[in-house]
Amino acid sequence: MEFLRVEGLSKSFAPPRGGAPFVVFDQVHFEIDKGEFVCIVGHSGCGKSTILNILAGLDEASAGVVIMAGREVAGPSLDRGVVFQGHALMPWLTAKKNVEFAVKSRWRDASRAKIDEICQRYLDLVGLTGSEHKKPAELSGGMKQRVGIARAFAIEPKMLLLDEPFGALDALTRGVIQDELLKICAATHQTVFMITHDVDEAILLADKILLMSNGPDARIAEIVVNTLPRDRSRNTIHKDPQYYAIRNHLVDFLVSRSKEFTERPPADYDPRHPPQVTPGLAVDSPVIPVSLAVPRAATSAAVIGIRN
Amino acid sequence: MPRSGRLASALLSILMFALFLAIWQVATRPGGGEQAADTEYAKMLGSAAASGQKSAMPSPKDVGLKMWEHVKDPFYVRGTNDQGIGIQIAYSIGRVMLGFGLAALVAIPLGFLIGMSPLLYRAFDPFIQVLKPISPLAWMPLALYTIKDSATSSIFVIFICSLWPMLINTAFGVSAVRREWLNVARTLEVSPMRKAFQVVLPAAAPTIMTGMRISVGIAWLVIVAAEMLVGGTGIGYFVWNEWNNLSISNILCAILLIGLVGMLLDQILARLARAVTYPE
Repeated sequence: MEFLRVEGLSKSFAPPRGGAPFVVFDQVHFEIDKGEFVCIVGHSGCGKSTILNILAGLDEASAGVVIMAGREVAGPSLDRGVVFQGHALMPWLTAKKNVEFAVKSRWRDASRAKIDEICQRYLDLVGLTGSEHKKPAELSGGMKQRVGIARAFAIEPKMLLLDEPFGALDALTRGVIQDELLKICAATHQTVFMITHDVDEAILLADKILLMSNGPDARIAEIVVNTLPRDRSRNTIHKDPQYYAIRNHLVDFLVSRSKEFTERPPADYDPRHPPQVTPGLAVDSPVIPVSLAVPRAATSAAVIGIRN
Repeated sequence: MPRSGRLASALLSILMFALFLAIWQVATRPGGGEQAADTEYAKMLGSAAASGQKSAMPSPKDVGLKMWEHVKDPFYVRGTNDQGIGIQIAYSIGRVMLGFGLAALVAIPLGFLIGMSPLLYRAFDPFIQVLKPISPLAWMPLALYTIKDSATSSIFVIFICSLWPMLINTAFGVSAVRREWLNVARTLEVSPMRKAFQVVLPAAAPTIMTGMRISVGIAWLVIVAAEMLVGGTGIGYFVWNEWNNLSISNILCAILLIGLVGMLLDQILARLARAVTYPE
């Protein structure tokens, strides 16, 4: 039995002067199992953030339901922790007080000592030991985002929702925090739903990658299962031949197929069961080199490097 | 600003002040003043005007000596019409504090409510827009008629003039609290009271404080005029009384004092505003 089920989700806006409603996305169906890390990838305007906000309970769908652990999601809840795109820290509170705000919301009657202990544990977890008493303005972008992650983790939610959390960070910082996130999620068996624009990030973190076609009227075009071993790490992932197969598949989708899908959806497409694909496994199958020939051309230099 | 720049600006300030004193001194030197033609006027001004030796306008030295007198003994009471300048200014400060404090008690909670609800915001807006530009002194006759007490009426006038900037700024500050902070509170299932005091209030505090600073400035402007109208006590009454006594020196002392107290009030509010401002 899946942990989270999204059924027939749709979001549309009535145009101000009447006429046909503007449909952002429609017929979105997917499931997330407990402990699974799911990324959603798609171009701007396909409604990824709206889907996340509906899961968080901050936005309402025009149609469809979200069921988490057997109960319909209606409004925000402490069961779902959110890491916001722009960290959303309160600038008048220190890093620790920001986390404390969440902890006190979760455990209203906890003792001072217990609250301190939880705050410290999660600040340590994201590597912010020593910066507890700094205000957000005194922290770097990466540190601010870590506080945001600590705040979301500290309430020990049943599910974590991350809205492009590393989008504003430089590549180096992003890599470090990705590794940490992976470690924390592995340790806590956290169920995660995350939006990203970064294909490499999706492959590193996600067990399942939802590909959304271009909006308006976006759909989940297909679900890519990440067949790389779960103990993958940033340092070794690119040495696995599967990595390039998956990466090329994703890039290929974003470059051309996401648009084609909206214009001419495949005849056998069923939005209730978007096709699940495993491009990583196709590496060893004899048919694959042909199908991979086109997308690989774009990254041929890298491929040659690996083969050597 | 670097230290040397600050020193230079201070020197320039002193230079400008010295120049101002010098011009003042020259303009009021004996014999330079106009002849007092009106005997009635001359009688009132005393011998100086009668002889035409000295201008009715005091020299900087006269004002300085007068000021020294006031500073030496600011709190004397010699009957209802002759009280020390310190007592007068204390009355004015007291009225401003009372009127301003009452206005804050009304404006901040009401502004909070208006800011939280777009419906109330729009519903209150026309009233605020009409009431805001009314000169606070225009309320004075109405206040005197309904309250029937001049001292309370002047406090009411201060109340009404302090109300609008605080109300408008509070409502604006509260309505402009970032969506993302409210969303954080929502996802954490924070209670409405806790949200109001721990998210909205600190987020809007700098804007609210700015409104309070504007209010206290206006209140201090208005109190002088109100006391001139109402009479009895206060620095405004003092100025008017000294005009009737034709003591320009005393008026100048009062003007200087009004400026200093106004600056002090503004600085206190500015200090408070800085304490609640957060860098982003």
